[in-house]
Formats: sequence, C-alpha cells, structure tokens
Amino acid sequence: MADSTLPIQGALDITPPAARKHSILEIAHSWITTVDHKKLGILYTVFGIFWLLVGGAEAIAIRIQLAMPNNHFLSPQTYNQFFTMHGTTMVFLVGMTIIFGFANYLVPLMIGARDMAFPRLNAFSFWVTAFGGTLLYYSFLGGSGLYGVGSAPDVGWFAYAPLTARAFSPGHATDYWAISLIVSGIGTVGTAINIVATTVSMRCKGMTLMRMPLFVWLFFVVSALTLITITPLTAAQIMLTIDRYLGGHFFDTQAGGSAVAWMHFFWIFGHPEVYVLILPAFAIANEIIPVFSRKAIFGYPAMAAASVGIAFVSLGVWAHHMFTVGMTSVSNAFFTLSTMLVGIPTGIKIFNWLATMWGGKIRFATPMLFLTAFLFQFLIAGLTGIMLSVSPWDWQLHNSYFVIAHFHYVLVGALVFAIFGGLYYWFPKATGKMLSEKIGKWHFWLFIIGFHLTFDTMHVPGILGMPRSIYTYEPDRGWGPWNLVVSIGGIIQGIATLVFAYNMIVSLRKGEEAGPDPWDAWTLEWTTSSPPPDYNFAIDPVVGSRRPLWDLKHPEDPDWKYEA
Amino acid sequence: MLRLWKLRKGVVAALLLLFGTALALAEGPQATPSIYAPASTPAAQIQSLSYFVLEITGAIFLVVGGLMAFVCFRYRAGKNDDKSEPAQIYGSTQVELAWTVIPVLIVVVLFLTTARMIFAIQDAPKPKEAVDVTVVGHQFWWEYRYPQLGIVTANELHIPLSSKTDPKPTYFKLLSADVDHSYWVPQLSGKTDLIPNHPNELWMDPLYPGLYKGQCAQFCGAEHALMLLRVYVDTPEQFQAWVANQQKPGVQDPTVAAGRQVFETQACMNCHAVAGTAATGRYGPDLTHLASRDTLASGVIENNPKNLRQWIKDPDSIKPGALMPAMKLSDEQLDQLTAYLATLK
Repeated sequence: MADSTLPIQGALDITPPAARKHSILEIAHSWITTVDHKKLGILYTVFGIFWLLVGGAEAIAIRIQLAMPNNHFLSPQTYNQFFTMHGTTMVFLVGMTIIFGFANYLVPLMIGARDMAFPRLNAFSFWVTAFGGTLLYYSFLGGSGLYGVGSAPDVGWFAYAPLTARAFSPGHATDYWAISLIVSGIGTVGTAINIVATTVSMRCKGMTLMRMPLFVWLFFVVSALTLITITPLTAAQIMLTIDRYLGGHFFDTQAGGSAVAWMHFFWIFGHPEVYVLILPAFAIANEIIPVFSRKAIFGYPAMAAASVGIAFVSLGVWAHHMFTVGMTSVSNAFFTLSTMLVGIPTGIKIFNWLATMWGGKIRFATPMLFLTAFLFQFLIAGLTGIMLSVSPWDWQLHNSYFVIAHFHYVLVGALVFAIFGGLYYWFPKATGKMLSEKIGKWHFWLFIIGFHLTFDTMHVPGILGMPRSIYTYEPDRGWGPWNLVVSIGGIIQGIATLVFAYNMIVSLRKGEEAGPDPWDAWTLEWTTSSPPPDYNFAIDPVVGSRRPLWDLKHPEDPDWKYEA
Repeated sequence: MLRLWKLRKGVVAALLLLFGTALALAEGPQATPSIYAPASTPAAQIQSLSYFVLEITGAIFLVVGGLMAFVCFRYRAGKNDDKSEPAQIYGSTQVELAWTVIPVLIVVVLFLTTARMIFAIQDAPKPKEAVDVTVVGHQFWWEYRYPQLGIVTANELHIPLSSKTDPKPTYFKLLSADVDHSYWVPQLSGKTDLIPNHPNELWMDPLYPGLYKGQCAQFCGAEHALMLLRVYVDTPEQFQAWVANQQKPGVQDPTVAAGRQVFETQACMNCHAVAGTAATGRYGPDLTHLASRDTLASGVIENNPKNLRQWIKDPDSIKPGALMPAMKLSDEQLDQLTAYLATLK
C-alpha cells in the first residue's frame, strides 16, 4: 500500500502529535472537537472533579451553618438552596459524570477496541451533560428572571410534589432544576447506549462475555440500569413542567393530583440510581483488589451474576423510601423483604473480595489503601442499610440524620473512596505520570479521618431525633456537640480533597514517569503506552483468558487452564 | 429472657454512654427526643425490634469486619518480599454456596421478625376508648381537631395519659392543607407523613405525663426547620380540665374592646378564628384560647406579651419565611391587639 506516487501520501502529517508545539488555541480546539473516547473520558472526569469541589463547598457552608444551634451563617432560604444544589450536584454532576468518565476512558481499552461504538454520539453526550450542569447553576443568576436576583432551586434534590407546584414554588428555580436534569439526562442516556453497544459489539477477538474484565461487566449492567431508570425520571420532569406551565394536574394536589405518584416516579428512578452510583465502585474494586493482592479475582462467574442480580433486585425496592407514606402493611412487608434481598448478592461480592485477598501478597499502595477503606465502609453502609430496611425502625430513622449518615457512607465511604482509588490507579495510564504516593498518603489519611469524624458521628443526632433538611435547631435538643464534630470532619474532608487536587497538578507537571504497566497489572489497557495513542492498539489484540497480561507474563501457567 | 433483655439494654446504654448521651435512655419526656427513650407502645416495640436487628448486624460486623482486619494484616506483602506471585485460586463452588446460603437464612429470620412487627403496629385494632385527633399540617404549623370533643386548637397537642390498667390511646388522622409534612414525636411513635389528598393514620399510647418534643420531618419549604411539635401528655384530671377550658366559648373581656376592634378590622380575622366572634378564618391557627398555650409560632418562642407583640409586628424576625404577613400596625394598635389576645385564656 505504501505507494509514494499516491497524492495523499505527501499530505499526511506523520509527525507524532507530541513532538509538535501546539498553541493554546489548537489544544483547546482539539479538546472541544474531540471524539476520542479517552479525551472525552478525561473531560468527563475533570468536569466531575470541578463539580465535586463546588458541591463540596456547598456542603461545607451547610456544615458551618449547622455547627452550632441557632446559627445565622446562612439565611434559611440560602440554606435550602444549598442543600438542594449540594444533593443535585453530587448525584447528577459529580457521581454520574465521574463514573461515565471512567467508563468512557476504560471500557474500550479493556475490551481491546479502538473507540466507542458511536464516537460522535459520545462527544454529543458529554457536551449535553456539561450544558445541563451549567444550566442548573445558571439558576443562581437567572432563577427569578434576568432583572431580578437569582434563585437556585430550594425544593430538595428529591423535589417532592406539591412543594414544586407553582403555588408553592413561584419563580423559575424549580424549572431550572427540572429542565437541566432533563438535558443532562439526555447526555446520560446517550452514553449508556454507547457503552452497551460498545460492550456488545466491539470486543476484541477471544473476549467472550465470560472473559470480559468485571469492570466492563459492571458498566454494562450500570448502563442498562441507567437506560431503564432515567426514563421515569425524565417522564416525571416533563410532567412537572407540564403541571407548571400547561396547567397539568399530575402532581398538583390542589387540583386533585397525586403527591404520592411523584414519589413513585422519583424513587423508581432514585433507588436504582443508588446502584448506578455504587456498582462503578464495585467495578473499580474488581480491578484494584486483585492486582494489589496479586491474585485472580475469586469466583468470577458469581461476581458477574451477583452484579446482574443486584441490578434486577434494585428495580423492585424503590418504595423503601416511602415506608412513612402510609402504604398498607403488606406493601411495607414486601418492600422490606425485597430490600433485604439486596444484601445477598452484595454479601457474595464482599466475601469474594475477601477471598481474593486471602492468601495474597497485599501491597498497600495508595489505590489499595482507598479500596481497603472502601471494603470496611461499604460493609458498615450495608449493615445500616439493613437497619433502614426494617420498616418499623425506618419509621423512626427515615428523614433523620441517621439516613443522611447511611447514604453518605454509601456515596462517600464507598463510591468516593473507590473513585479516589481508581484515580490513583489509572491516572498514570491517562497522563503518563504517577501521582505522588507521599501526597497520596496524606490525602488518604486526612480524608479517612475527616470521613469518620463526619459520618460516624452523624448517625447519633438521627437517633436523638434530628430530622434532615433543617437549617437550624434549638440549643436544648442536645444535638449541638454532635453537629460540631460532624462539621469539623467535613472541613477536614474538604482539606483532603484540596490535597488531592494539589497532587494532580504537581504530579502532572513533575510526576514520576509511569511507563505502560506501573502496577504490574493484567488487563488490556496496560499493554498500551501511557497515555495510549489515539487509536489505542496498533494491532487488534487477541485474548485467551480473563487476564491476558498474566498469560503473557506467565506462559508456563496461563489462566485459561483454570477458568470455569 | 428478662436477664437477656436487661443485658441488651445495658449494652445499648453503655454504647450511648460512650457517646456521652446516657440521658437519652431515661424514662419519660426528654428535651432530646431520643428514639431509645420510648414512652409509648409503638415506640417501645420499635426499640425492641431494633435491639434484635442490632444484635444480628453487630454480629455480622464483628465477623466480617474482623475477617477483613485479619486478612489485611496477615497477608500484607512484607518489605523483603521476593516478588513471586502467590498461589492463584480462581473460586470454589462449595465455599461460595455457603456464603450465599447463610445470608439467605439471616434474611429470612430478619424478614419474619420485621413483618410480625409491621402488622403488630400498623394493624393494631383501635379500642373503643381511643381519643380521636385530626392533625392538619400547614406551612408551618399544626392544626389539631378533636371530633369527639368539638375542640380546635393549634401547635400544642394535649392528649391523655394511657396505662396498662386504663388504656387510653390516641388515634390520629393525618391530613395536609398544602404540601407534604411528616409527624414525628420520636419518643411516642415512628413518623407518618401528612400528604394532601392522602389521609394517613397513626397511634400512640403515652405512658408518662409531661411534654414531648418533636418536629416536622419532611421538608416542606422555607421554614421547615422551625415547624416544631409539642405534645403534652396530661393526667386524666389535667386532661379533663384542659378539655373543659377549650370547650368554653371565646373570652369576651370588655376592657380590651379596642384590641378586638383591631383584630376584626385589620385582616387578622381573614385567617384566624376566635370562637364566639365574627372571626372564622381557617387559614391560620385558631386563636380562641391562644393565651392558654405556652409557646407561639409553633413552638419557637415563649408565649408572653412581649414576644406576642414582636411576633405580630414582624413574624419574619422570629420565623423567617413564616406565611403570616407583618401587618404594619401602629404602636398603639399593636399594644391594643396584644392586650386583647392575652385575654384569650
């Protein structure tokens, strides 16, 4: 093919991109117009970390306000806006964005593909998601119309009807909430379709479904779950907007609408959403725990099956958010049972991770430190989850600080710890530089101390009768000291996050060179250079087992001999 | 069995002591409304169920958490590790089956125990001697109606003491006039939501007299935080006296006619009712016996003339976001109005 007479030959610039100096404009142009899954993955992640800092700042403002009884740091209105924006930001702009960043970057690499199935849809999805987030925050400027002061949404991230009806929520804040989530939901659905299509159709030769890395399995499940659950959410947002602008009466109780219908719509999305956020943490654990224990994952088929099982069960448990709504005793019993059932596949996963570590040679580098903490914290989160599934007990604990503690244990103690571990693990792949282990250890210990001060303590005011979403409380309730400790912990977590941001910047500039395979790992992404070239693989890889690099490194005892 | 019971209570007490909150286990009403100081059958049943669940989850935590700690210490790579790979184990059907079956058994036990309690509390038959109360949640206060007694009041609920020998439980019908609220007095029962177009029920049989505190537990708008809840559990004599007073028509004190004039001409009566006068507003709290209440603004401030005057003058200064408007009255009108309202015993 190398015919020098072909006119196209001379037009081709064969200089590797890194060797040329690029102007800032060129670099910006290349990032904005990119359809490369790796660049989009990085964009998603950076965008998510940015919102993490924003949502974290809101959390700190909330904690300063609650540190003492009868505090006046924030006005009630501002406080209500901040806790609404904190929840919405963390779930939709941080959680969803960072996990899709990981999926975008890693799924094609791990299955030996050169890109996602639909690269342009991929770019579209990212920019739509980014636009949705920006729109949400634009409410701070435009929520009351351009001529007035801004008003961010203040109806809670769950936005229960009929508080969101125009009668109780005039102005445009609630519209910003609904419409920005519809918009970012479009992006999310696009990405989910892309991941499903990529996983189904782009796997390299030899990679059967039962040889896919568990990471890919989990994102396959997450994407399927996303497709199922974003639908009722978007439907509910559209119905809400119809109520507010076209005189619809879906949730408008003053005209006979149903407030309970909103709850069902919201939690049919909202509960599986928790699993959409936690399964990626499992995905990261499935990669990091084996590599740092130096062992194959224990019980791969059970792990894959448990993931699918969790996804299925998670679709039938939404009403455990509604034990206080006045359902029949039979409904309460049903949703108690279905919720408890989630504990079984989840237990299988925890035990299999333990078995993977058992008999290994565990190296506690920063990624593994975070994932070890993840294991402990996820265990506790699961056990408090069982407590909350006991519906009579939930009648006491529901909407109290105990619940806040529980779900932050899931979302911070498990998901955020796993994400940090994953960032330490794959940062070298994406940038070619190692993150500093020394600063990483500082980050880890500060973060874990802050985390436990905050969220262990937070269970107590819940037991002592403190409800959520309150901007202040009376001094005689005995909640003050607990809240002070919680707030101090929150600030330590904030400092730890800044340490991490500092680590990224410093390491990017003068970090140690990573090389293609710094952790001595086994999946396909570690066969490429760091960072990988635009097309990922010069030659399409062929795999013969779940750990292709193990086979390469140990030709005398390859994996495929043992795989069930 | 009793000994085991005391042991459980001891363990939880020790835990709470460790957390510095021993008081939370004391009997009777507490300023800190701990769910571990129950004073009513449903709350006590929930407490005992929670002990059972705590024992099981605590045991799981000790076993699994202990295993985790063991694995982390036992199998960490030493400094002088030879970099050889450990033996690879890919799985074991028997072991995996075992740790699937054991959780299934635990779930069965937990579920059956829980289900029994759900039916015991939720489907408890309503006795004939029960007191009926209809609670209507409003942004941001509570309306109480006693259909059997013909009483309407607000924010401070009076219910009779109940005892094993003389059971007198209170049965609530929960309604909402605007958005979702949630009724939560932790020492007396779990919470139940008040949802428009969706009547709910709740019951409690308080065993110790006194004042129980709680508050709205479902975010309901700007002033959700200060939608406080006060339940006075009265002895039978106290309750009868309270009922007798509430059933009396509104006080007509001729010395405060000027204040009544202000009340009836300055839009107060559009929202508020005073029995026996032209004021029949239903949007705000019934003020017929306002002066017999201990607090104003749904439990936020003490009920005295100074606070009452400030509350009427500028409700937002006490409860930002409260839906009562500042009426822009002159100082003289304020004094007259306060004097009038103070007579509504």
